Amino acid sequence: MSNNTASAPTLQKKSGLAGFNLKKNTMLLALIALMIAFEILIVAQSSASFMNHDFFAPANISNLIGQNSYVLILAVGMLLCILTGGNIDLSVGSGVCMISALAGVFIVNLKLPLAIAVPICLLIGIGIGALQGYFIAYAHIPAFIVTLAGMLTFRGIGNIILDGKTISPFPANYSKIFNAFLPSTSTKIPTLTTTPKKIASMVDSGDISTSIQHLADKNNMTVEQLSNLKVADLRPLISAYNDSIATTLLMVTLAIGAVVSILFIIMTFLSRAKKQRKGYPVGALVPQVVKTVLVVAVIMFLSYLLGNNKGFPVILITLGIVIIGYWYFTSKSVPGRYLYALGGNAKSAKFSGINTDKMMFFAYTNMGFLVAVASLVCVARFNSAAPSAGTSYELDAIGACFIGGASAYGGVGTVGGTVIGAIFMGVLNNGMSILGIDANWQKAIKGIVLLIAVLADVSSQKKGSGGGLFSKILPKKDGNKGTLS
Amino acid sequence: MGDYMLEMTHIEKHFGGVKALTDVTIQVEEGEIHGICGENGAGKSTLMNVLSGVYPFGTYSGDIHYLSEECKFSGIKDSEEKGIVIIHQELALIPQLSIGENIFLGNEVKKGIGIDWDMTHQMAESLLHKVGLNEDPRMLVQELSVGKQQLVEIAKALSKNVKLLILDEPTASLNDEDSNHLLDIILGLRANGMTAIIISHKLAEIERVADHITVIRDGATIETMSAEDGISEQRIIKSMVGRELTNRFPARTSNIGDISLEVKNWNVYHPQLDRKTASDINIKLRKGEVVGLSGLMGAGRSEFAMSVFGKLYGRDITGQLYLGGKEIKLNSVEAAIKHKIAYVTEDRKSCGLVLTNSIRMNTTLANMGRISNHGTIDADQEVNMAEAYSKLLNVKCNSIEDNADSLSGGNQQKVLLAKWMFTEPEVLILDEPTRGIDVGAKYEIYQFINKLVDEGLSILMISSEMPELLGMCDRIYVMSEGRMVAELDKEEATQEAIMTSIIESAGKEQSI
Repeated sequence: MSNNTASAPTLQKKSGLAGFNLKKNTMLLALIALMIAFEILIVAQSSASFMNHDFFAPANISNLIGQNSYVLILAVGMLLCILTGGNIDLSVGSGVCMISALAGVFIVNLKLPLAIAVPICLLIGIGIGALQGYFIAYAHIPAFIVTLAGMLTFRGIGNIILDGKTISPFPANYSKIFNAFLPSTSTKIPTLTTTPKKIASMVDSGDISTSIQHLADKNNMTVEQLSNLKVADLRPLISAYNDSIATTLLMVTLAIGAVVSILFIIMTFLSRAKKQRKGYPVGALVPQVVKTVLVVAVIMFLSYLLGNNKGFPVILITLGIVIIGYWYFTSKSVPGRYLYALGGNAKSAKFSGINTDKMMFFAYTNMGFLVAVASLVCVARFNSAAPSAGTSYELDAIGACFIGGASAYGGVGTVGGTVIGAIFMGVLNNGMSILGIDANWQKAIKGIVLLIAVLADVSSQKKGSGGGLFSKILPKKDGNKGTLS
Repeated sequence: MGDYMLEMTHIEKHFGGVKALTDVTIQVEEGEIHGICGENGAGKSTLMNVLSGVYPFGTYSGDIHYLSEECKFSGIKDSEEKGIVIIHQELALIPQLSIGENIFLGNEVKKGIGIDWDMTHQMAESLLHKVGLNEDPRMLVQELSVGKQQLVEIAKALSKNVKLLILDEPTASLNDEDSNHLLDIILGLRANGMTAIIISHKLAEIERVADHITVIRDGATIETMSAEDGISEQRIIKSMVGRELTNRFPARTSNIGDISLEVKNWNVYHPQLDRKTASDINIKLRKGEVVGLSGLMGAGRSEFAMSVFGKLYGRDITGQLYLGGKEIKLNSVEAAIKHKIAYVTEDRKSCGLVLTNSIRMNTTLANMGRISNHGTIDADQEVNMAEAYSKLLNVKCNSIEDNADSLSGGNQQKVLLAKWMFTEPEVLILDEPTRGIDVGAKYEIYQFINKLVDEGLSILMISSEMPELLGMCDRIYVMSEGRMVAELDKEEATQEAIMTSIIESAGKEQSI
């Protein structure tokens, strides 16, 4: 009987805290606080200087996503390396440079079709990852040394390929994959600079932009007729056109947001129903509903902001796949669990029949793959492959993991935390840039923030062990009473 | 009053709402060896931490009188200044430094701004001489056996002008020979006027050296016994657990069946050195049988077991394995687990559990296939299974989500057993299954072993505690220097018989 009563609170505790990690939430709260702080500072500064800056401006949010997409992808890969035992990969920034350069050569210089060039780049990424993974896992050379060598080598090879020059521009169909917005057909027409005269010159040169063509079609006119209008007559047509486009953008992003929200709600409650059906304990309904409502609110707010800018950035699809894929891998899959065991205690993992060398090899090979993905995203965003590409990305990725709660000793860390860590770093960069803080100060501040984050981690672990001491006494005391009776 | 060197009265210590010590009183006379006994979690270590200032004055209530003055230590430094030195169970030596460097670590012998190495080594040598250790002080600590490292710790304490030496489980990881040597050294130091407090689970040792024994249970002093009035192990146990343990080993009616695992002509080489750690070993395990594997430390028992368990140890392994009469090859731990063989390591902290992971994750780690489907973990099933196995082994915890490092040694050992029971083994190799855990938890593990053999498992039990092997096993193999030197039935097995076979084999080796 006493066993039953003892296990009841256990289950409740588990389900009540399901998916809720205090540490992760602390970082989430810190992130929200940081965003609000920047919003206040930026609005105050811009109203004092008669500018119109706003952290939550739709354009800025869109920017934030683009700026941080590749760091986020790298950070997720870095997390797996860190999980294996606090090992980091210093070569990722240089890897981005080298693979960007190769992408430039394949796509721009050699004009290979994307269906060939993109897979080749991904394979090369896996190749360099596997090479480093081999030295680390099977030749047992410390990861720090192998990846330091990689950092130098890849940067060197990248610059040799580029010959010190920048390759650009990339074809439009390439940037569509990673750097476009949905819906892609419509862009707004600049109201002030688009005059009948300008349209006339377009007609003369035969280079009519798609949006002007759309404007004409919409008003049942030819482009020539448009160019014959007076400025005062053209303006209202353009604004009406722009308004309708804005409405379309907003509708599309809100629709995407709604679909994602509905999927999220369905998934949440399906898993709940499945648990109930199988007779497993489920958590209290209210916190779960509150959590779901909050998530949906964030998704819809983001959709609204994006709809007020250029639309839904397609990079979010890639990011979504990477984040959900690796979240699943680390938290739900058997090999993911093996990674945590390896980082927590490599010997125990080995004694439990886990092929620890193979897991180590996998973590670094996978890192190479994600370096290639990040390179492709990076190239699309900058529309170029430059010798300096990827400089210090490794540090941003490592920082994101540690800010997100990964342990420097390995075995502890989550994809969710890493995402929050990466956004935190991104918001910090972005907010400080808008505030016009000197670039050198930005670096110093980032360094200090990283140190504080790790300090918080270490001291919370100390608190944890204080609690551990605490709990060391509790079960033992119970143990004494129970053991012999 | 006044007669005592150390007097701690009515010590009380809380952690939050939990009382660790409720009322402990202990009086230590100058020049005596004072034993402290109690089960794990009784509060022994907390008491020593109060004494040494780890928990500073003000965080506990009660009085400490030491050398007739009241002590209000605010840290370890304060207590060390007064000559109170603790040697913890987990040694605090730095393996990569030399003996001399370790002894004077934090207390270096200086010449100007540099270290006077000649003086350091000379002083270290004389300290080593006092503890009966004939090693070069320039030697690295990692090259010493655990027993010798323990002596270096004592030498280090001596270098601090220790008046009261506290030893927390000094012999926990030592074999009988090393333990005896250590205890002799301590007796020798007493003869020279040193006072010592020894905390130990090994009651026979305490009984041998202590002048007084204080028993603590549930954070309170139960009684203090004096050697003059006669102390028996039985009496200590009775006092520790609150009643007499009539039998330290639960009875079992053996029901022995067919041969399950047979190892033939087994040879294993040391992974680095050019020598055999196991040569021509032949053993048989039967269903429903507990077979002991006895031997001195370094006899190669664990190495042999690990080499069988999927070649976890050694190189150039030759020999045959038969499981249920059929020959099998085990080239990996994974294969061994698939063939229903489990090896429960002697070193639960560094090879057994992932201490930073939860009880749940530890329980399922060695057999993830059982709670997963095509590589996807069924989280709910995992919780249910982990709960069930924790209950089966009676693990005391708040939740299976507790991290393994928050548990006591006994409970960690149970989690380790749960982990291997989760692989549903038919042959279970237990390596020192009760090392460093208290009497109560030991008894529970013995009961569990009996239950398993009743269900038809074969158990190979490696242990350095001979009474345990004699009390639990149907048959005992004796190993010495990589060879099987004797096989004794329950009836013929005695401590003397085991020791004799080891000594005779060593003699034979020498004469050849």
